[in-house]
Amino acid sequence: MLHVDVFKKLGDFTVEVQFTGEGRVTGLFGSSGAGKTSLVNMIAGLLKPDRGFIAVGNEVLDDTLSGIHIPPHRRRIGYVFQDARLFPHLSVSQNLHYGRRMNGVAHDHAHQDRVVDLLDIGQLLMRRTGQLSGGERQRVALGRALLMQPRLLLLDEPLGSLDSARKAEILPYLIRLRDEAGVPMVYVSHDPNELRRLAAQVVVIKRGYVAAFGDADSVLAEIAPQFVD
Amino acid sequence: MFDISPAEWTAVLLSLKVGLVATLVATPFGIAIAWLLARYHFWGKSLVDAVIYLPLVLPPVVTGYLLLLTFGRKGLVGGWLADHLGLVFAFRWTGAALACGIMSFPLLVRPIRLSIEAVDRRLEQAASTLGAAPWKVFLTVTLPLALPGVLAGMVLGFAKAIGEFGATITFVSNIPGETQTISAAIYTLTQVPDGDAAALRLVGVSIVISMIALVTSEWFARRATQRMHGT
Repeated sequence: MLHVDVFKKLGDFTVEVQFTGEGRVTGLFGSSGAGKTSLVNMIAGLLKPDRGFIAVGNEVLDDTLSGIHIPPHRRRIGYVFQDARLFPHLSVSQNLHYGRRMNGVAHDHAHQDRVVDLLDIGQLLMRRTGQLSGGERQRVALGRALLMQPRLLLLDEPLGSLDSARKAEILPYLIRLRDEAGVPMVYVSHDPNELRRLAAQVVVIKRGYVAAFGDADSVLAEIAPQFVD
Repeated sequence: MFDISPAEWTAVLLSLKVGLVATLVATPFGIAIAWLLARYHFWGKSLVDAVIYLPLVLPPVVTGYLLLLTFGRKGLVGGWLADHLGLVFAFRWTGAALACGIMSFPLLVRPIRLSIEAVDRRLEQAASTLGAAPWKVFLTVTLPLALPGVLAGMVLGFAKAIGEFGATITFVSNIPGETQTISAAIYTLTQVPDGDAAALRLVGVSIVISMIALVTSEWFARRATQRMHGT
């Protein structure tokens, strides 16, 4: 369960968002510049809310009233960025193990094999990151976030920089991830179609505020009826 | 012509020792300062910046004289170090290393600072979400990505340290076997009759050392670009 109730001023722009995500995948929908990434950065701890409260399960990550702000490296929240952000000086395999090593998680071969199989990245392990295609980079970034055994996975438009063929290539992996990995996810997108296929609940964000929140099908039917059959 | 005498070898080896020690000791400080200047805005930053670059623009004799006043036996710092740690700089090769380290510091810091500035902060953010504490982010992401710049800075600093003359001779004089580096030896040789051949030999040696340093530094700079692109 993810509780978010935050207020943050960024120059002239204000993000004021409240929701409680309960499903396996909570979708964040909105056009670019709506404040989705700022919100996700707050959940990750990269951005500190001016006021508010963030909790995953029973653990409070931010509570400005009691002065709690857990830094990102102690949150154990996997974050998959739109631009993958693989470490260019490390091989694919070293990238995958980075989070595990930093968290002092013992090497679990079975878990690693599961993740590598799930994302189909076994043949990439020895490559340099500069030799990967856009879709491969995103799959490695997903694997890297999963191998740290996160309690929550943030996916900020992971398909945003890919063309439609590549999107179609990755989407099935994300669906498998949702069904098999057992990690709750927050999935950010401006594509109603992706959200319809992945998310149970959708939060619609408009200019920093929650415009709608609820069950994915009904919310998306209201916002973008052409995408719901 | 290439028959280098034992006395000349002493000067060459001393220069290498002084340059190496100066560079190795200065590098950790250089990285710390470069990181501070690249990543933080603080009150008095331009002053710190100016002080670091001061040895580059100040007459070397002035730097040497200031070192003598500060780190000499009767100097405030030098006296304390001699009494408490037994560390003497005046008229010792350690003093030459100190002078060379300070004179080459701006050249050491600059490439490191530039390469730290070039490291993508978004990669550091990614590392922190993956569980790396700030110091681990620095050691596993920032520093490795800036490493070619660090090495380039070290090579440049080393080349500068090896060629340092004014501050060194002012601070620790020109004692063969103790503080007489290549530059000081060449200077001495030009002051005596029949010194030309020996001076030219040492000139040759210093040209070779400088060329190697420049080529190596360029090579590291090229590696930096490759590293950033993950190829």
